[in-house]
Amino acid sequence: MTPRLGPLARGKQKRWLQAAAIVVIFGVAAWGASQLLERMVSPVQQQQQQQSAPAPAAPAAAVPHIIATLYYGTSDGQALAAVKREVPLGEGPRAQGQQILQSELEPAPAPYVSLIPEGTMLRAFYITDRGDAFVDFSPEISSNHPGGSTNELLTVYAIVNVVTANLSSVERVQILIDGKQADTLAGHVDLRRPFERDTSLVKESRGTR
Amino acid sequence: MLVLASGPHAQGTAPVTPLTLVTRDGRRPVPTVVLNNQEFIALDDLASLFQLAVREDALAGGVTVSYKGRTIVASADQPMASVNGRVITLPAPVARVGRRLFVPIDFIARALAPIYDSPIDLRRASRLLVVGTIRVARVAVRIDAAGPPTRATVEVTPALLASSMVDGGRVIVRVEADVLDAAPPSAAAGLIDQIQLGNQSTTIVFALNARAGMPRVSTTTTTESTRVTIEVPLSAQSQDTTAAPAPQPAPPPLASVPTTPPAAEALPPLPGQRTARLQTMVIDPGHGGADTGVRGPRGTLEKQVTLEISRRLKTLIETRLGVRVVMTRDDDRGISPDGRDAIANNSKADLFLSLHVNSAPSAAVKGAEVFYLRLDRAGEDARRSTAASELVLPAVGGGNRTIDVIPWDLAQASHVDSSSRFAALLEEELEKHSPMGPRPLQQTPMRVLSGVNMPAALVEIAYLTNAEQERAVQAADFQAGLVQAIFDGIVRFRSYLEAPPAP
Repeated sequence: MTPRLGPLARGKQKRWLQAAAIVVIFGVAAWGASQLLERMVSPVQQQQQQQSAPAPAAPAAAVPHIIATLYYGTSDGQALAAVKREVPLGEGPRAQGQQILQSELEPAPAPYVSLIPEGTMLRAFYITDRGDAFVDFSPEISSNHPGGSTNELLTVYAIVNVVTANLSSVERVQILIDGKQADTLAGHVDLRRPFERDTSLVKESRGTR
Repeated sequence: MLVLASGPHAQGTAPVTPLTLVTRDGRRPVPTVVLNNQEFIALDDLASLFQLAVREDALAGGVTVSYKGRTIVASADQPMASVNGRVITLPAPVARVGRRLFVPIDFIARALAPIYDSPIDLRRASRLLVVGTIRVARVAVRIDAAGPPTRATVEVTPALLASSMVDGGRVIVRVEADVLDAAPPSAAAGLIDQIQLGNQSTTIVFALNARAGMPRVSTTTTTESTRVTIEVPLSAQSQDTTAAPAPQPAPPPLASVPTTPPAAEALPPLPGQRTARLQTMVIDPGHGGADTGVRGPRGTLEKQVTLEISRRLKTLIETRLGVRVVMTRDDDRGISPDGRDAIANNSKADLFLSLHVNSAPSAAVKGAEVFYLRLDRAGEDARRSTAASELVLPAVGGGNRTIDVIPWDLAQASHVDSSSRFAALLEEELEKHSPMGPRPLQQTPMRVLSGVNMPAALVEIAYLTNAEQERAVQAADFQAGLVQAIFDGIVRFRSYLEAPPAP
């Protein structure tokens, strides 16, 4: 996008390639584990999904979608952009939250900038009865983070806002790294307590498909 | 610097008596001058007496005094000095008379004594400058009752041996010490005609009146002091009654001289009296060790830039403000946020400043930004309840003392107002020297600021992701401007901190 980012991005890519194998293996393992966990934790829900999946057979090819608001960096790198995108439908707030966060992790559509570091995966997502959502990311969200207060604030509030803007039952978002409470992503923003929605960093709102 | 090159006080006025330097080898007078009602001593005299190296820092306007690798940096415009990094107050800044530099005589006890190998003791009452391990007896002589009988007391602190003898018409008290530190004795009265303090010796001589009878001298010793009591009755011939001297105190006669209180040393005010002052500040160079912070496109590391700028800032603050500066790190090491806060809290600092270099998702973003802590709900609750959460603990020496209790991670809660002032002043000053970022002043939940129990701010000095700024942060002139801006912000915050509270 911005040619000046070239050397930095190349350096990143190199490092990323080195770590790629490990990341892929880890990712597969994590996915497998979370699937296993999913089955163990909510067998009822799984059964319901399996039962209901073949039922609406009429538009077989079309996976149902919802329109969600995702958050990226603006092209000038100064603020958050709220962008409307199609996200696969999930059954209930928890499954829907997972779908939304998976979409948020995907590369940003032009001209926006991704704020969550490459290689970051969603390990878990759950919501308590009190409206606290826990978003658990793989360690790449910290280890691949470029640092700096501005970048860190943008990353944190992209995550907090994407959850709170789309799931009305969520009031606060606690970010976890590798299943544990974390101090910061890269040394600045305090992650020890849950965050409430804050749209003061949002400078653009746009709908794209 | 107080420059007294001309005018009526150009040469100062000499005090009544010079100081007397007392060492194992003997005594010698040391001249002093009085400037603006303060007694000063020439730095070159001190340098030759104590083997000090004195270097004037023309740039910072201070004076550096070194002794065996230890340094005193005396400020030219503030009545303070940094003694091996610890800040002390002085009654006046360094003064210049002609080509000579002078320091207040308190400099000897407060600045020189802490770094000198031998003990240095400035005894103001007796105008003695005692160097080395010398037994100094503080002596207070007073007339308790004019009488007759006339009663006088010699109080010797600490409890050194004191012997006495009656020799003709005199009582001589000799103190087993190397030197006496005695205030001028109270005026003679009753049957004592004269009191003489041996200036070169360790004796006190009471010359008795012709009407005096045989004096009775008794010595009592406590753990703190030795007290010699002298009671002088009328002689048998002069006595109106034949009764033995009454043991009970005689009713004070009409002509009695008022009792003089014990000679107390004129002590300077305590430097640590609790007022809101900027005496110690903490500079926190961001990141370090394995945590490199932001890496610029040309490879510049945030951790190096923050350390460089922090060091420059520390030097400027110490030499120009005489404020003690504690660094959370002064080398390339990693410290946890709590570790940084612990250093700040344990040094009982009055101000905390964390320095960082920023990064943005776009290389176009540049400029400085200032942050102070935003509290979440728990923090807001803590802030409201700080007044209530006090612990009353018994204090050493009796009585109680009240301490505020606040959870470590909410320590900043009660300082958010002054932190916002500090951040705003920094932002105003930075604006004059450097470009500002898209959000120049922000209140955010910064991890390192949450646990410091003092006003605190974090400055992101520039964007390392911007090529132009990556070059700039390493340039001496950019660093100098930045450091000056932060320094100016600190000076303005100090004025705010030390201003009397609005009624």
